[in-house]
Amino acid sequence: MSHVSVRGLWKEYPGQVVLERVDLEIPSGEFCALVGPSGCGKTTFLRMLLGQERPTRGGILLDGRPLVAEPGPDRGVVFQRYSVFPHLTVLENVILGREFEGSRFLGRLFGARRRAAEEEAKGILAAVGLGDHLRKYPAELSGGMQQRLAIAQALILKPKVLLLDEPFGALDAGTKAQMYELLLRLWSERKMTVFMVTHDLKEGFTLATRVLAFDRVRVDPTDPGAYGARITYDLLLTEKTAVQARLATAGRPRETQDRHGTQVAAL
Amino acid sequence: MRRIINRRPGRGGIVFWGALPFLGAAALYAVASALRLAENPNDKLLPPLSAMAAAVARIAFTPDPRTGDYLMWADTLASLHRLGLGLGVATAAALVIGIAMGLIPYVRAGLSPFVAILSMVPPMAVLPVLFIVFGLDELSKVVLIVVGVTPFLIRDLAMRTGELPAEQIVKAQTLGGSTWQIVLRVVLPQMLPRLVDAVRLSLGPAWLFLISAEAIAATEGLGYRIFLVRRYLAMDVILPYVAWITLLAFVSDYLLRLFNARCFPWLKAGKGSA
Repeated sequence: MSHVSVRGLWKEYPGQVVLERVDLEIPSGEFCALVGPSGCGKTTFLRMLLGQERPTRGGILLDGRPLVAEPGPDRGVVFQRYSVFPHLTVLENVILGREFEGSRFLGRLFGARRRAAEEEAKGILAAVGLGDHLRKYPAELSGGMQQRLAIAQALILKPKVLLLDEPFGALDAGTKAQMYELLLRLWSERKMTVFMVTHDLKEGFTLATRVLAFDRVRVDPTDPGAYGARITYDLLLTEKTAVQARLATAGRPRETQDRHGTQVAAL
Repeated sequence: MRRIINRRPGRGGIVFWGALPFLGAAALYAVASALRLAENPNDKLLPPLSAMAAAVARIAFTPDPRTGDYLMWADTLASLHRLGLGLGVATAAALVIGIAMGLIPYVRAGLSPFVAILSMVPPMAVLPVLFIVFGLDELSKVVLIVVGVTPFLIRDLAMRTGELPAEQIVKAQTLGGSTWQIVLRVVLPQMLPRLVDAVRLSLGPAWLFLISAEAIAATEGLGYRIFLVRRYLAMDVILPYVAWITLLAFVSDYLLRLFNARCFPWLKAGKGSA
Protein backbone atom coordinates (compact mmCIF):
# COMPACT_ATOMS: atom_id res chain seq x y z
CA MET A 1 0.00 0.00 0.00
CA SER A 2 1.19 3.48 -0.75
CA HIS A 3 -1.58 6.00 -0.52
CA VAL A 4 -0.29 9.57 -0.62
CA SER A 5 -2.31 12.45 0.86
CA VAL A 6 -1.25 16.05 0.54
CA ARG A 7 -3.06 18.37 2.95
CA GLY A 8 -3.02 22.17 2.65
CA LEU A 9 0.57 22.29 1.50
CA TRP A 10 2.40 25.64 1.30
CA LYS A 11 6.03 26.23 0.47
CA GLU A 12 7.66 29.60 0.86
CA TYR A 13 11.20 30.81 0.49
CA PRO A 14 12.17 34.23 1.84
CA GLY A 15 10.40 36.77 -0.37
CA GLN A 16 8.82 34.13 -2.57
CA VAL A 17 5.85 31.84 -2.37
CA VAL A 18 6.50 28.72 -4.43
CA LEU A 19 3.43 26.59 -3.82
CA GLU A 20 0.16 27.50 -2.19
CA ARG A 21 -2.77 25.41 -0.98
CA VAL A 22 -1.98 22.09 -2.61
CA ASP A 23 -4.45 19.36 -1.69
CA LEU A 24 -4.26 15.91 -3.26
CA GLU A 25 -5.34 12.36 -2.67
CA ILE A 26 -3.30 9.88 -4.68
CA PRO A 27 -4.49 6.29 -4.34
CA SER A 28 -2.01 3.47 -4.25
CA GLY A 29 -0.53 2.48 -7.61
CA GLU A 30 -1.24 5.74 -9.43
CA PHE A 31 1.24 7.02 -12.02
CA CYS A 32 1.29 10.80 -11.68
CA ALA A 33 2.97 13.14 -14.13
CA LEU A 34 3.78 16.60 -12.77
CA VAL A 35 3.83 19.09 -15.64
CA GLY A 36 4.01 22.86 -15.93
CA PRO A 37 6.33 25.72 -16.89
CA SER A 38 9.81 26.02 -15.36
CA GLY A 39 10.00 27.51 -11.91
CA CYS A 40 6.44 26.66 -10.95
CA GLY A 41 7.31 24.32 -8.11
CA LYS A 42 7.09 20.85 -9.68
CA THR A 43 10.55 19.91 -8.54
CA THR A 44 10.01 21.59 -5.15
CA PHE A 45 6.90 19.46 -4.72
CA LEU A 46 8.85 16.32 -5.63
CA ARG A 47 11.60 17.28 -3.15
CA MET A 48 9.03 17.56 -0.40
CA LEU A 49 7.68 14.11 -1.28
CA LEU A 50 11.28 12.94 -1.12
CA GLY A 51 11.84 14.55 2.26
CA GLN A 52 14.71 16.66 0.94
CA GLU A 53 12.73 19.82 1.77
CA ARG A 54 10.03 20.56 4.32
CA PRO A 55 6.69 22.21 3.65
CA THR A 56 6.23 25.63 5.24
CA ARG A 57 2.66 24.72 6.17
CA GLY A 58 0.51 21.65 5.75
CA GLY A 59 1.85 18.15 5.36
CA ILE A 60 2.15 14.98 3.37
CA LEU A 61 0.88 11.62 4.61
CA LEU A 62 2.03 8.26 3.31
CA ASP A 63 -0.56 5.58 4.15
CA GLY A 64 -2.04 7.89 6.76
CA ARG A 65 1.19 8.57 8.59
CA PRO A 66 3.21 11.80 8.28
CA LEU A 67 6.09 11.46 5.88
CA VAL A 68 9.50 11.05 7.51
CA ALA A 69 11.22 14.41 7.02
CA GLU A 70 14.33 13.01 5.35
CA PRO A 71 14.91 10.71 2.39
CA GLY A 72 14.44 7.05 3.28
CA PRO A 73 14.15 3.59 1.73
CA ASP A 74 10.35 3.76 1.37
CA ARG A 75 10.77 6.29 -1.45
CA GLY A 76 13.05 5.50 -4.38
CA VAL A 77 14.34 8.27 -6.62
CA VAL A 78 15.86 8.75 -10.06
CA PHE A 79 17.25 12.15 -10.99
CA GLN A 80 18.08 13.45 -14.43
CA ARG A 81 21.80 13.09 -13.69
CA TYR A 82 24.20 11.97 -10.96
CA SER A 83 21.89 9.26 -9.60
CA VAL A 84 24.48 6.48 -9.80
CA PHE A 85 27.79 6.16 -8.00
CA PRO A 86 30.73 6.57 -10.39
CA HIS A 87 33.16 4.55 -8.23
CA LEU A 88 31.01 1.39 -8.16
CA THR A 89 30.43 -1.07 -10.98
CA VAL A 90 26.92 -1.66 -12.32
CA LEU A 91 26.43 -4.66 -10.06
CA GLU A 92 27.90 -2.91 -6.99
CA ASN A 93 25.61 0.07 -7.60
CA VAL A 94 22.54 -2.13 -7.44
CA ILE A 95 23.48 -4.28 -4.44
CA LEU A 96 24.37 -1.18 -2.41
CA GLY A 97 20.81 -0.90 -1.07
CA ARG A 98 20.96 -4.48 0.24
CA GLU A 99 24.42 -3.88 1.68
CA PHE A 100 23.24 -0.83 3.64
CA GLU A 101 20.32 -2.87 4.91
CA GLY A 102 22.30 -5.98 5.84
CA SER A 103 25.50 -4.55 7.29
CA ARG A 104 24.97 -1.72 9.72
CA PHE A 105 28.60 -0.96 10.50
CA LEU A 106 30.58 -1.84 7.38
CA GLY A 107 27.87 -1.28 4.78
CA ARG A 108 29.34 -4.23 2.92
CA LEU A 109 28.20 -7.84 2.53
CA PHE A 110 30.44 -10.90 2.23
CA GLY A 111 30.09 -14.57 1.34
CA ALA A 112 26.69 -16.15 0.93
CA ARG A 113 24.73 -12.99 1.75
CA ARG A 114 26.65 -11.04 -0.86
CA ARG A 115 26.03 -13.76 -3.44
CA ALA A 116 22.32 -13.70 -2.62
CA ALA A 117 22.22 -9.92 -3.07
CA GLU A 118 24.14 -10.25 -6.33
CA GLU A 119 21.69 -12.81 -7.65
CA GLU A 120 18.78 -10.54 -6.81
CA ALA A 121 20.54 -7.58 -8.44
CA LYS A 122 21.32 -9.61 -11.56
CA GLY A 123 17.61 -10.39 -11.88
CA ILE A 124 16.69 -6.70 -11.77
CA LEU A 125 19.54 -5.74 -14.10
CA ALA A 126 18.42 -8.35 -16.62
CA ALA A 127 14.91 -6.89 -16.44
CA VAL A 128 16.21 -3.42 -17.33
CA GLY A 129 18.44 -4.84 -20.06
CA LEU A 130 21.83 -4.40 -18.37
CA GLY A 131 22.54 -8.09 -17.79
CA ASP A 132 25.63 -8.02 -20.00
CA HIS A 133 27.29 -5.01 -18.37
CA LEU A 134 27.64 -6.07 -14.74
CA ARG A 135 31.33 -5.24 -14.34
CA LYS A 136 31.33 -1.88 -16.11
CA TYR A 137 31.59 1.50 -14.40
CA PRO A 138 28.76 4.01 -15.02
CA ALA A 139 31.07 6.28 -17.06
CA GLU A 140 31.41 3.45 -19.57
CA LEU A 141 27.64 3.32 -20.16
CA SER A 142 25.51 5.47 -22.45
CA GLY A 143 23.05 8.00 -21.00
CA GLY A 144 20.07 5.69 -21.42
CA MET A 145 21.92 2.78 -19.82
CA GLN A 146 22.90 4.98 -16.85
CA GLN A 147 19.24 5.88 -16.30
CA ARG A 148 18.24 2.23 -16.51
CA LEU A 149 20.92 1.50 -13.93
CA ALA A 150 19.55 4.27 -11.70
CA ILE A 151 16.07 2.74 -11.94
CA ALA A 152 17.37 -0.76 -11.16
CA GLN A 153 19.28 0.64 -8.19
CA ALA A 154 16.16 2.36 -6.86
CA LEU A 155 14.03 -0.78 -7.25
CA ILE A 156 16.10 -3.26 -5.24
CA LEU A 157 14.60 -2.12 -1.92
CA LYS A 158 11.06 -2.33 -3.36
CA PRO A 159 10.06 1.25 -2.52
CA LYS A 160 6.38 2.09 -2.08
CA VAL A 161 6.80 5.32 -3.99
CA LEU A 162 9.09 5.96 -6.96
CA LEU A 163 10.01 9.60 -7.61
CA LEU A 164 11.38 10.58 -11.00
CA ASP A 165 12.82 14.05 -11.63
CA GLU A 166 12.94 14.50 -15.41
CA PRO A 167 14.58 11.08 -15.70
CA PHE A 168 14.54 11.04 -19.50
CA GLY A 169 15.28 14.73 -20.09
CA ALA A 170 18.76 14.07 -21.45
CA LEU A 171 17.91 11.09 -23.69
CA ASP A 172 17.26 10.92 -27.42
CA ALA A 173 13.85 10.05 -28.83
CA GLY A 174 14.57 6.37 -29.63
CA THR A 175 16.03 5.71 -26.20
CA LYS A 176 13.07 7.48 -24.59
CA ALA A 177 10.59 5.13 -26.28
CA GLN A 178 12.48 2.13 -24.88
CA MET A 179 12.58 3.69 -21.42
CA TYR A 180 8.80 4.32 -21.51
CA GLU A 181 8.09 0.67 -22.12
CA LEU A 182 10.53 -0.42 -19.45
CA LEU A 183 9.09 1.98 -16.89
CA LEU A 184 5.47 0.97 -17.58
CA ARG A 185 6.34 -2.71 -17.32
CA LEU A 186 8.15 -2.26 -13.99
CA TRP A 187 5.35 -0.06 -12.67
CA SER A 188 2.61 -2.56 -13.49
CA GLU A 189 4.66 -5.47 -12.08
CA ARG A 190 5.52 -3.79 -8.81
CA LYS A 191 2.38 -1.79 -8.02
CA MET A 192 4.31 1.30 -6.99
CA THR A 193 2.96 4.81 -6.82
CA VAL A 194 5.00 6.86 -9.27
CA PHE A 195 5.51 10.62 -9.37
CA MET A 196 7.32 11.93 -12.42
CA VAL A 197 8.33 15.53 -13.04
CA THR A 198 8.56 16.28 -16.74
CA HIS A 199 8.57 19.38 -18.91
CA ASP A 200 7.42 17.25 -21.85
CA LEU A 201 3.60 17.26 -21.93
CA LYS A 202 3.50 14.42 -24.45
CA GLU A 203 5.67 12.28 -22.19
CA GLY A 204 3.35 13.02 -19.28
CA PHE A 205 0.24 11.98 -21.18
CA THR A 206 1.97 8.94 -22.70
CA LEU A 207 2.98 7.46 -19.38
CA ALA A 208 0.74 8.68 -16.61
CA THR A 209 -2.65 7.65 -15.34
CA ARG A 210 -3.04 11.07 -13.82
CA VAL A 211 -1.59 14.38 -14.98
CA LEU A 212 -1.12 17.19 -12.48
CA ALA A 213 -0.50 20.60 -14.07
CA PHE A 214 1.21 23.20 -11.87
CA ASP A 215 0.86 26.88 -12.66
CA ARG A 216 0.48 30.30 -11.05
CA VAL A 217 -3.15 31.34 -10.98
CA ARG A 218 -2.60 34.83 -9.63
CA VAL A 219 0.29 37.04 -10.66
CA ASP A 220 1.08 40.37 -9.04
CA PRO A 221 3.11 42.29 -11.64
CA THR A 222 4.74 44.50 -9.01
CA ASP A 223 5.74 41.56 -6.81
CA PRO A 224 6.31 38.38 -8.81
CA GLY A 225 7.00 36.34 -5.68
CA ALA A 226 3.76 37.22 -3.91
CA TYR A 227 1.69 34.27 -5.10
CA GLY A 228 2.71 30.67 -5.57
CA ALA A 229 1.72 27.99 -8.02
CA ARG A 230 -1.22 25.66 -7.55
CA ILE A 231 -2.44 22.56 -9.24
CA THR A 232 -4.50 24.00 -12.08
CA TYR A 233 -5.51 20.75 -13.77
CA ASP A 234 -5.88 17.33 -12.20
CA LEU A 235 -6.63 15.00 -15.09
CA LEU A 236 -7.50 11.39 -14.40
CA LEU A 237 -6.76 9.26 -17.42
CA THR A 238 -8.74 6.30 -16.09
CA GLU A 239 -9.61 4.76 -19.40
CA LYS A 240 -5.95 4.59 -20.26
CA THR A 241 -5.22 2.56 -17.15
CA ALA A 242 -7.06 -0.41 -18.60
CA VAL A 243 -5.32 -0.06 -21.95
CA GLN A 244 -1.95 0.13 -20.29
CA ALA A 245 -2.60 -2.92 -18.15
CA ARG A 246 -3.30 -4.84 -21.34
CA LEU A 247 -0.26 -3.40 -23.07
CA ALA A 248 1.98 -4.20 -20.14
CA THR A 249 1.00 -7.85 -20.16
CA ALA A 250 1.05 -8.05 -23.95
CA GLY A 251 4.35 -6.23 -24.00
CA ARG A 252 6.20 -8.91 -22.08
CA PRO A 253 7.36 -11.06 -25.05
CA ARG A 254 8.99 -7.95 -26.47
CA GLU A 255 11.46 -7.78 -23.63
CA THR A 256 14.21 -9.56 -25.55
CA GLN A 257 13.69 -7.32 -28.51
CA ASP A 258 14.01 -4.33 -26.25
CA ARG A 259 17.24 -5.60 -24.78
CA HIS A 260 18.89 -5.83 -28.16
CA GLY A 261 18.13 -2.19 -28.68
CA THR A 262 15.40 -2.53 -31.27
CA GLN A 263 13.17 0.47 -31.12
CA VAL A 264 9.85 -0.28 -29.53
CA ALA A 265 6.78 1.58 -30.74
CA ALA A 266 5.67 4.33 -28.41
CA LEU A 267 2.27 3.87 -26.89
CA MET B 1 51.52 27.81 -43.32
CA ARG B 2 49.24 26.51 -40.60
CA ARG B 3 48.76 28.46 -37.40
CA ILE B 4 51.19 27.50 -34.66
CA ILE B 5 48.29 26.61 -32.34
CA ASN B 6 47.38 23.77 -34.74
CA ARG B 7 50.85 22.28 -35.10
CA ARG B 8 51.72 19.44 -32.75
CA PRO B 9 55.05 17.71 -32.10
CA GLY B 10 55.23 13.97 -32.84
CA ARG B 11 56.45 11.29 -30.44
CA GLY B 12 60.13 12.00 -31.00
CA GLY B 13 59.43 15.73 -31.01
CA ILE B 14 57.93 15.56 -27.52
CA VAL B 15 61.07 13.84 -26.19
CA PHE B 16 63.31 16.32 -27.97
CA TRP B 17 61.50 19.46 -26.83
CA GLY B 18 61.16 18.06 -23.33
CA ALA B 19 64.89 17.32 -23.09
CA LEU B 20 65.96 20.64 -24.54
CA PRO B 21 65.72 22.80 -21.38
CA PHE B 22 67.59 20.16 -19.35
CA LEU B 23 70.38 19.96 -21.91
CA GLY B 24 70.45 23.75 -22.16
CA ALA B 25 70.79 24.19 -18.39
CA ALA B 26 73.51 21.51 -18.24
CA ALA B 27 75.44 23.08 -21.09
CA LEU B 28 75.15 26.53 -19.54
CA TYR B 29 76.51 25.18 -16.26
CA ALA B 30 79.38 23.32 -17.95
CA VAL B 31 80.46 26.40 -19.89
CA ALA B 32 80.19 28.77 -16.92
CA SER B 33 82.03 26.31 -14.69
CA ALA B 34 84.83 25.80 -17.26
CA LEU B 35 85.23 29.56 -17.66
CA ARG B 36 85.53 30.19 -13.91
CA LEU B 37 87.89 27.23 -13.41
CA ALA B 38 90.11 28.45 -16.26
CA GLU B 39 90.55 31.68 -14.34
CA ASN B 40 90.98 30.10 -10.90
CA PRO B 41 91.47 26.31 -10.59
CA ASN B 42 90.45 26.47 -6.90
CA ASP B 43 87.08 28.15 -7.58
CA LYS B 44 84.38 26.71 -5.29
CA LEU B 45 81.25 28.31 -6.70
CA LEU B 46 80.76 26.22 -9.83
CA PRO B 47 82.63 22.96 -9.25
CA PRO B 48 83.09 20.59 -12.22
CA LEU B 49 81.11 17.34 -12.44
CA SER B 50 84.18 15.36 -11.36
CA ALA B 51 84.36 17.31 -8.07
CA MET B 52 80.70 16.66 -7.39
CA ALA B 53 81.13 12.95 -8.14
CA ALA B 54 84.06 12.83 -5.74
CA ALA B 55 82.00 14.58 -3.05
CA VAL B 56 79.10 12.17 -3.51
CA ALA B 57 81.52 9.21 -3.30
CA ARG B 58 82.87 10.65 -0.05
CA ILE B 59 79.54 11.31 1.69
CA ALA B 60 77.46 8.49 0.26
CA PHE B 61 79.83 5.55 -0.13
CA THR B 62 82.53 6.03 2.55
CA PRO B 63 81.73 5.84 6.24
CA ASP B 64 82.15 9.06 8.14
CA PRO B 65 85.41 8.85 10.11
CA ARG B 66 83.79 10.32 13.23
CA THR B 67 80.47 8.43 13.46
CA GLY B 68 80.94 5.50 11.07
CA ASP B 69 77.66 6.39 9.28
CA TYR B 70 77.23 6.82 5.55
CA LEU B 71 76.22 10.48 5.87
CA MET B 72 74.02 10.91 2.81
CA TRP B 73 71.97 7.81 3.59
CA ALA B 74 71.64 8.70 7.26
CA ASP B 75 70.52 12.20 6.25
CA THR B 76 68.04 10.82 3.71
CA LEU B 77 66.61 8.38 6.22
CA ALA B 78 66.22 11.03 8.91
CA SER B 79 64.55 13.49 6.52
CA LEU B 80 62.21 10.95 4.95
CA HIS B 81 61.24 9.73 8.40
CA ARG B 82 60.23 13.25 9.48
CA LEU B 83 58.51 13.97 6.19
CA GLY B 84 56.58 10.70 6.17
CA LEU B 85 55.48 11.14 9.76
CA GLY B 86 54.40 14.74 9.20
CA LEU B 87 52.53 14.04 5.98
CA GLY B 88 50.97 10.90 7.45
CA VAL B 89 49.55 12.73 10.45
CA ALA B 90 48.42 15.64 8.27
CA THR B 91 46.70 13.32 5.79
CA ALA B 92 44.90 11.33 8.46
CA ALA B 93 43.70 14.49 10.22
CA ALA B 94 42.59 16.06 6.93
CA LEU B 95 40.70 12.93 5.93
CA VAL B 96 38.62 12.90 9.09
CA ILE B 97 38.10 16.64 9.51
CA GLY B 98 37.78 17.42 5.80
CA ILE B 99 35.07 14.85 5.12
CA ALA B 100 33.21 15.79 8.31
CA MET B 101 33.33 19.48 7.32
CA GLY B 102 32.23 18.81 3.77
CA LEU B 103 29.36 16.51 4.68
CA ILE B 104 27.98 17.55 8.07
CA PRO B 105 26.53 21.09 8.18
CA TYR B 106 27.09 21.49 11.94
CA VAL B 107 30.77 20.56 11.70
CA ARG B 108 31.16 22.93 8.75
CA ALA B 109 29.47 25.75 10.65
CA GLY B 110 31.67 25.09 13.67
CA LEU B 111 35.03 24.61 12.04
CA SER B 112 35.22 26.35 8.68
CA PRO B 113 35.90 29.92 9.94
CA PHE B 114 38.50 28.57 12.36
CA VAL B 115 40.27 26.50 9.70
CA ALA B 116 40.10 29.40 7.23
CA ILE B 117 41.92 31.66 9.70
CA LEU B 118 44.32 28.93 10.79
CA SER B 119 45.39 28.30 7.21
CA MET B 120 46.49 31.94 6.94
CA VAL B 121 48.94 31.71 9.85
CA PRO B 122 52.41 31.61 8.27
CA PRO B 123 53.86 28.31 9.56
CA MET B 124 57.44 29.63 9.55
CA ALA B 125 56.37 32.42 11.90
CA VAL B 126 55.25 29.90 14.50
CA LEU B 127 58.39 27.76 14.17
CA PRO B 128 60.02 29.45 17.20
CA VAL B 129 56.88 28.68 19.19
CA LEU B 130 57.12 25.04 18.12
CA PHE B 131 60.78 24.88 19.17
CA ILE B 132 59.89 26.35 22.55
CA VAL B 133 56.88 24.12 23.10
CA PHE B 134 58.05 20.85 21.57
CA GLY B 135 61.80 21.11 22.09
CA LEU B 136 64.58 21.09 19.54
CA ASP B 137 64.45 17.42 18.55
CA GLU B 138 62.25 15.42 16.18
CA LEU B 139 58.80 16.43 17.38
CA SER B 140 58.95 20.13 16.50
CA LYS B 141 60.04 19.39 12.91
CA VAL B 142 57.21 16.93 12.39
CA VAL B 143 54.76 19.36 13.95
CA LEU B 144 55.91 22.13 11.60
CA ILE B 145 55.05 19.97 8.58
CA VAL B 146 51.70 19.07 10.13
CA VAL B 147 50.91 22.71 10.94
CA GLY B 148 51.99 23.84 7.51
CA VAL B 149 50.18 21.27 5.39
CA THR B 150 47.05 20.19 7.29
CA PRO B 151 44.89 23.33 6.85
CA PHE B 152 45.38 23.22 3.08
CA LEU B 153 44.51 19.52 2.94
CA ILE B 154 41.43 20.02 5.13
CA ARG B 155 40.10 22.91 3.07
CA ASP B 156 40.73 21.12 -0.20
CA LEU B 157 39.01 17.94 0.96
CA ALA B 158 36.08 19.79 2.52
CA MET B 159 35.54 21.63 -0.76
CA ARG B 160 35.76 18.43 -2.80
CA THR B 161 33.32 16.70 -0.48
CA GLY B 162 30.94 19.64 -0.76
CA GLU B 163 31.17 19.39 -4.54
CA LEU B 164 29.79 15.85 -4.55
CA PRO B 165 26.42 16.08 -6.34
CA ALA B 166 23.61 16.42 -3.77
CA GLU B 167 21.73 13.84 -5.88
CA GLN B 168 24.25 11.18 -4.88
CA ILE B 169 23.84 11.83 -1.18
CA VAL B 170 20.03 11.87 -1.47
CA LYS B 171 20.08 8.69 -3.54
CA ALA B 172 22.23 6.95 -0.93
CA GLN B 173 19.68 7.93 1.72
CA THR B 174 16.82 6.50 -0.31
CA LEU B 175 18.84 3.28 -0.41
CA GLY B 176 18.68 3.27 3.39
CA GLY B 177 22.22 4.44 4.08
CA SER B 178 22.99 5.92 7.52
CA THR B 179 25.41 8.85 7.78
CA TRP B 180 28.21 6.48 8.70
CA GLN B 181 27.42 4.05 5.87
CA ILE B 182 27.26 6.91 3.37
CA VAL B 183 30.65 8.18 4.53
CA LEU B 184 32.14 4.71 4.29
CA ARG B 185 30.69 3.55 0.97
CA VAL B 186 29.92 6.73 -0.99
CA VAL B 187 32.04 9.65 0.20
CA LEU B 188 35.31 8.10 1.37
CA PRO B 189 36.02 6.00 -1.74
CA GLN B 190 35.44 9.03 -3.96
CA MET B 191 37.53 11.34 -1.75
CA LEU B 192 40.62 9.12 -1.37
CA PRO B 193 41.98 9.83 -4.87
CA ARG B 194 41.27 13.54 -4.37
CA LEU B 195 43.16 13.43 -1.09
CA VAL B 196 46.12 11.72 -2.77
CA ASP B 197 46.16 14.50 -5.38
CA ALA B 198 46.08 17.12 -2.63
CA VAL B 199 49.00 15.40 -0.88
CA ARG B 200 50.92 15.47 -4.17
CA LEU B 201 50.39 19.21 -4.36
CA SER B 202 51.54 19.69 -0.78
CA LEU B 203 54.78 17.72 -1.23
CA GLY B 204 56.55 20.95 -2.22
CA PRO B 205 55.50 22.91 0.89
CA ALA B 206 56.21 19.86 3.09
CA TRP B 207 59.83 19.73 1.87
CA LEU B 208 60.12 23.48 2.34
CA PHE B 209 59.04 23.25 5.98
CA LEU B 210 61.24 20.21 6.60
CA ILE B 211 64.41 21.80 5.24
CA SER B 212 63.73 25.05 7.07
CA ALA B 213 63.29 23.27 10.37
CA GLU B 214 66.39 21.14 9.79
CA ALA B 215 68.42 24.19 8.83
CA ILE B 216 67.70 25.80 12.16
CA ALA B 217 68.05 22.93 14.61
CA ALA B 218 69.06 19.37 13.77
CA THR B 219 71.97 16.97 14.01
CA GLU B 220 71.26 15.10 10.80
CA GLY B 221 69.02 15.41 7.76
CA LEU B 222 69.30 16.64 4.19
CA GLY B 223 68.51 20.24 5.09
CA TYR B 224 70.87 20.17 8.05
CA ARG B 225 73.77 18.98 5.84
CA ILE B 226 73.21 21.62 3.18
CA PHE B 227 73.20 24.42 5.70
CA LEU B 228 76.19 22.90 7.54
CA VAL B 229 78.49 22.68 4.50
CA ARG B 230 77.35 26.10 3.31
CA ARG B 231 79.86 27.47 5.83
CA TYR B 232 82.67 25.96 3.77
CA LEU B 233 81.12 27.06 0.49
CA ALA B 234 80.97 23.35 -0.41
CA MET B 235 78.94 23.64 -3.59
CA ASP B 236 80.21 20.19 -4.60
CA VAL B 237 78.05 18.76 -1.78
CA ILE B 238 75.15 21.21 -1.91
CA LEU B 239 74.36 20.78 -5.60
CA PRO B 240 74.15 16.95 -5.52
CA TYR B 241 72.03 17.19 -2.36
CA VAL B 242 69.61 19.57 -4.07
CA ALA B 243 69.42 17.21 -7.05
CA TRP B 244 68.84 14.28 -4.70
CA ILE B 245 66.03 16.06 -2.83
CA THR B 246 64.43 16.99 -6.15
CA LEU B 247 64.63 13.38 -7.26
CA LEU B 248 63.08 12.13 -4.02
CA ALA B 249 60.20 14.61 -4.35
CA PHE B 250 59.69 13.71 -8.00
CA VAL B 251 59.64 9.98 -7.29
CA SER B 252 57.19 10.31 -4.40
CA ASP B 253 54.90 12.41 -6.61
CA TYR B 254 55.16 9.77 -9.34
CA LEU B 255 54.42 6.94 -6.91
CA LEU B 256 51.32 8.72 -5.59
CA ARG B 257 50.10 9.24 -9.14
CA LEU B 258 50.68 5.55 -9.86
CA PHE B 259 48.82 4.65 -6.66
CA ASN B 260 45.76 6.61 -7.84
CA ALA B 261 45.79 5.00 -11.27
CA ARG B 262 46.18 1.49 -9.80
CA CYS B 263 43.76 1.66 -6.90
CA PHE B 264 40.96 3.71 -8.45
CA PRO B 265 40.30 2.27 -11.91
CA TRP B 266 36.95 4.07 -12.08
CA LEU B 267 38.76 7.43 -12.34
CA LYS B 268 39.84 6.59 -15.86
CA ALA B 269 36.71 4.64 -16.83
CA GLY B 270 34.91 6.23 -19.71
CA LYS B 271 37.77 8.58 -20.49
CA GLY B 272 39.80 7.56 -23.50
CA SER B 273 39.71 3.89 -24.43
CA ALA B 274 36.15 3.03 -23.41
